[in-house]
Amino acid sequence: MSSIIARRRHPAAGYAAVAGGLVAVGVLYSTLSGGGASAAAPAQASTQIAQGKSLFVQSCSSCHGLDAQGTSQAPSLVGAGAAAVYFQMSTGRMPAKELGAENDRKPTEFTEQQIYAIAAYIASLGGGPAIPTAAQVSTEGANTALGEELFSTNCAQCHGFAGAGGALTYGKNAPNLNASTPTQIYTAMLTGPEAMPVFGDGTITPQEKRDIIAFITDTRNEPNPGGLSLARTGTVTEGLLIWLGGLGFLILIAMWLTARRRDHAMSERGEAEHASAEGIEVEKTEAEHTEQRS
Amino acid sequence: MSDEAVKIPKALDGLGGWFDDRFHGARGVRVLMRKVFPDHWTFMLGEIALWSFVILLLTGTYLAFFFVPSTQEVVYHGSYTKLNGIQMSQAYASTLNISFDIRGGLLIRQIHHWAADLFMVAIFAHMLRVFFTGAYRKPREVNWLIGITLLLLGMIEGLFGYSLPDDQLSGAGLRIFQGVLQGIPIVGTYLAFFLFGGEFPGNSIVPRMYIIHVFLIPGLILALITAHLFIMFWQKHTQMPVLGNTERNVVGQPFWPYFVLKGQAWFFFIFGSLAVLATFAQINPVWLYGPYTPLAISSASQPDWYMGILEGALRIMPSWEINFLGHTLTLSVLIPFAVPLGIIFTGAALWPFFEQWATGDRSEHHINDRPRNAPVRTGTGVAAVCFYGILWAEGANDVLADNFQVPLYTITWIARIAVIVVPIGAYFVTKRICLGLQRHDTSLLTHGVEIGIIKQLPDGGYVEEERPLTPEERGKIDSKKVPLALPARGHPDDNGVPAPSSRGVMGWARGVANRAFTETVAVPDGHGNGHGHPDGHEAIEGPEHAGVGAGEPGESGEHGGEEQ
Amino acid sequence: MSEIEEPAGPRRVIGTPSPAPVAVDTAEKPAEPPLVTDPPNKAHASRAERLVAALFVLAFLAGCGFIAAYIGLEVGSSNIPAGASAVDAAFRSNLALGLALSVILLAIGTGSLIWVRHLTPNIEIEEERHELKSSPKDRAAFKAEFADGAAISQFTKRPLLRRTLLLATVPLALAPLVLLRDLGPLPGTSLRYTVWRKGLRAVTLGGLNPLRPGDFQPGSMITMIPQGYQDDANALAKAGVILIKFEPGQLNFPDRYSGSTLIASMNWSIDNSLVAYSKICTHVGCPVALYEQTTHHILCPCHQSTFDATNGAWVIFGPAARPLPQLPLMVDSDGYLAAASDFPQPVGPSFWERG
Repeated sequence: MSSIIARRRHPAAGYAAVAGGLVAVGVLYSTLSGGGASAAAPAQASTQIAQGKSLFVQSCSSCHGLDAQGTSQAPSLVGAGAAAVYFQMSTGRMPAKELGAENDRKPTEFTEQQIYAIAAYIASLGGGPAIPTAAQVSTEGANTALGEELFSTNCAQCHGFAGAGGALTYGKNAPNLNASTPTQIYTAMLTGPEAMPVFGDGTITPQEKRDIIAFITDTRNEPNPGGLSLARTGTVTEGLLIWLGGLGFLILIAMWLTARRRDHAMSERGEAEHASAEGIEVEKTEAEHTEQRS
Repeated sequence: MSDEAVKIPKALDGLGGWFDDRFHGARGVRVLMRKVFPDHWTFMLGEIALWSFVILLLTGTYLAFFFVPSTQEVVYHGSYTKLNGIQMSQAYASTLNISFDIRGGLLIRQIHHWAADLFMVAIFAHMLRVFFTGAYRKPREVNWLIGITLLLLGMIEGLFGYSLPDDQLSGAGLRIFQGVLQGIPIVGTYLAFFLFGGEFPGNSIVPRMYIIHVFLIPGLILALITAHLFIMFWQKHTQMPVLGNTERNVVGQPFWPYFVLKGQAWFFFIFGSLAVLATFAQINPVWLYGPYTPLAISSASQPDWYMGILEGALRIMPSWEINFLGHTLTLSVLIPFAVPLGIIFTGAALWPFFEQWATGDRSEHHINDRPRNAPVRTGTGVAAVCFYGILWAEGANDVLADNFQVPLYTITWIARIAVIVVPIGAYFVTKRICLGLQRHDTSLLTHGVEIGIIKQLPDGGYVEEERPLTPEERGKIDSKKVPLALPARGHPDDNGVPAPSSRGVMGWARGVANRAFTETVAVPDGHGNGHGHPDGHEAIEGPEHAGVGAGEPGESGEHGGEEQ
Repeated sequence: MSEIEEPAGPRRVIGTPSPAPVAVDTAEKPAEPPLVTDPPNKAHASRAERLVAALFVLAFLAGCGFIAAYIGLEVGSSNIPAGASAVDAAFRSNLALGLALSVILLAIGTGSLIWVRHLTPNIEIEEERHELKSSPKDRAAFKAEFADGAAISQFTKRPLLRRTLLLATVPLALAPLVLLRDLGPLPGTSLRYTVWRKGLRAVTLGGLNPLRPGDFQPGSMITMIPQGYQDDANALAKAGVILIKFEPGQLNFPDRYSGSTLIASMNWSIDNSLVAYSKICTHVGCPVALYEQTTHHILCPCHQSTFDATNGAWVIFGPAARPLPQLPLMVDSDGYLAAASDFPQPVGPSFWERG
């Protein structure tokens, strides 16, 4: 403590105090705000569906209607299926932050068990695609070459060749795929969330979906042998780097190379000796030159 | 100071004699050794291009030992196991081979590609330096044209180079190239079919691009670079407008040993920067793009940076097509293909001659201009840079949209308006800034430099002390040369004959241009005679400098025009 | 006309060299040995020399490292242990070789830079510029000799010679162009047609699965190709299609004609809800694949041409000038989707003869 007080007039003291204050506030906030309110467990959750229904009524019905029939603010979920619920809720997109805008991935407020419960409830209302089992999303023995073909034909135009994401119209974008679990990828293909088209099992078979998942996970886990990935967006970042990094660095070197030279100072005595010796020489030389010139 | 002369070793002496016996070189090489190269960091930009080209040749030769320029399909079973079983061209497979199975292959590949990008960057930077300092003026117009040709050749070389691996990204670029060719009126489909050997993609394009890329264009570039350097050598380099530099001398350090040592340092730095980039920054990761198939495409598909202006032009264009008499003129494609680059290349090529025409200045120039002293030139250059830059940025519009959360169409609309408005505005703003800087220079001449000491006068007012300019500072400011005003329209000579150059529409246009070029801030008397020779020498221009159609030499001396 | 200028004091813009205290003669005069060959400050120079030498030694060591890395770090799955990742191996090798090479080059570069800046005397010389224009005497002599030679050659005096020479060389000059004719076939009508024909089944790209209308759900999109043509890139580059399935009632557009040719019709869809459009953008031919389920827009990622899928792929933004051609669909006897005919209009980018 006394060492801190002793340094109170240090030039960096002010900055340290502000930084310390920010850290303290941040820690306090994250402790107090917690990991997000988890819905209070209902008194009797005798069946998964019942639990799901009560969670639904609590968290979702204000927009989706008490019977998930939809309102002006949100569509009906009858027939949407458990898979859609799983995708939207496990990626945190639902409950939505704001209406109308595209929903981005955010930390989820629900546990896996709660999501399954709500999914079961929605499935009970009108069927729809089911949540895939672990075996269904396993990439064991998957054909990544076929996955590459399918991904580049059906997915890369939005999500980018390496799953780095991309722009859509009117401010929407297709997200990057770095954080998506295999189940999330599978359910996204199956249900076509938001602007994404539906890739049902009829058009992309379950095995093909596994191949795509294997391709995505392999690609995102793969190191970049050439160095930094530059965001895997292609030539735009490369161009920025060559101008700012390449030319910028070389201009600095060119300035160094051609800068005015300082004839470095010697000791006083040495300088005086040097000057007197040089001075005479220089004058003589110039005189000689002038002579030769005329 | 010990100034011992170096004793030449006997072997070297003998070798030198052997060559001299056969080539009569002593005097010529002596001239070369004493040749003076003026020193300024901006003069080194062209050398970046030169050394990058050398590095491209070296690394390209290495790559050519391993690359297979064939679209023959193979089923891949190699080191990049993620793609095992996929059908791909041999070109793509050999590129994967270079990247993953040849030690140093990936490094050399990346150096090659970074060097290509740097080559183009350096050409642009060098071109801009030459433009903004007026170093393209007589006697260097031919060198300027050679440079523009090199720029064009570099773009095509790069386009074909990155298309050789036949990956998804460059294949999409080739498809765009083919679609653009196809749209050219009358001959388009023939051009496309002849280049591709039939329909797209065909099997001919990769081997054909290969021979153009490794033989034809490098040969042309090498020849033009040699001519470019030889002309620069023969005419001697320009110099900066600094005290001691005149139109009749070249001041600097001798070629031997200074330029040799500096050139050596510069080469290693350029090569070193490329090596650093190739080590730490991945470029063109073709294994991530996948082999080219005609029905796949990625978001954020952009060509290499120097083709970005074409890409942006294609994106900015609204839809426009004319159908008549069974023919289709697809302006959505033809205008972006021809107009922006057409304006820039034609404008750049004609500029030295336009400037000569507008100013009537046919004298030699070996001293560079300070950009502020040529407001029209600098303004036009900045406008051109803005035009280029807006189209270039539009080429990356989906990346910008994604990263900066701006809607996609909004970016395009902003670009559509900006591409017209911003260059025009930039021209005027830049011109005013230049004239303002000239005004500042004039005030330095009349008042001196403020030295930061504030004095209080007896009557209570404050004034900042000034010191007079040093000869250097004065020399720099005095170097300003103002183009002579041509005789105005409607001002006939003594015999009542109007100046022939001022007649007609062209004459009117010339007058307008001339007035713009001669707009300047008047220099106070006694400083700078408009010909910028602080050592008091006579201008070498003499009668050549007078405007065409001028009468007596005295009449044409309207330099130092009106201050706006 | 050369002179020696006495350069003044050291106030200069960065990047320009300072004037030296010694002015040296120009190249025209007989050779004189330079007056100064050593840098002015011996102690500083030997410090600089040590630094430069150290840098060069560092370059040497890095060079040895380069060779060691080359020998020691293998790449390629046939050279690395089984199960190891070739990508990891490539990364390690690239990093090691690249780092070594960077050090070699930058060390030599820095060493050379310090050498020239600190180990050489600060000499500046001045050279005279020659008049570039030749003297009038030389010009006149040139003109005279050229004229003499031309007269001797008889070229100017014998117009028949001149003209027949020109005549002889014209076909020779055209010959290279003529030889280029066989670079490729004539386009003919090949751009007008694709391989699609009545009854040709559509299969998914990659999986090569034929599909039934029931395999689609509202909001689906999938890329399909003609069956049997998966290895024919030329065919695929024109024949690829995207199939989009809508909710009932969403797909709604009137019949469209180009001249008297019907080019888009709801009758070509299946159940007024499953439609096939060409995947080749009508702008410059990129695959137009970006389908937004919520807006029903098909966006081409190359230049953002946007088509309304519910409205016969009508262009609503971007440079494309024509809607995506629609492929007439039918269901074949086995219930699979097939083409009912070829496209009614040419697919892909516009061309002069298109009509």
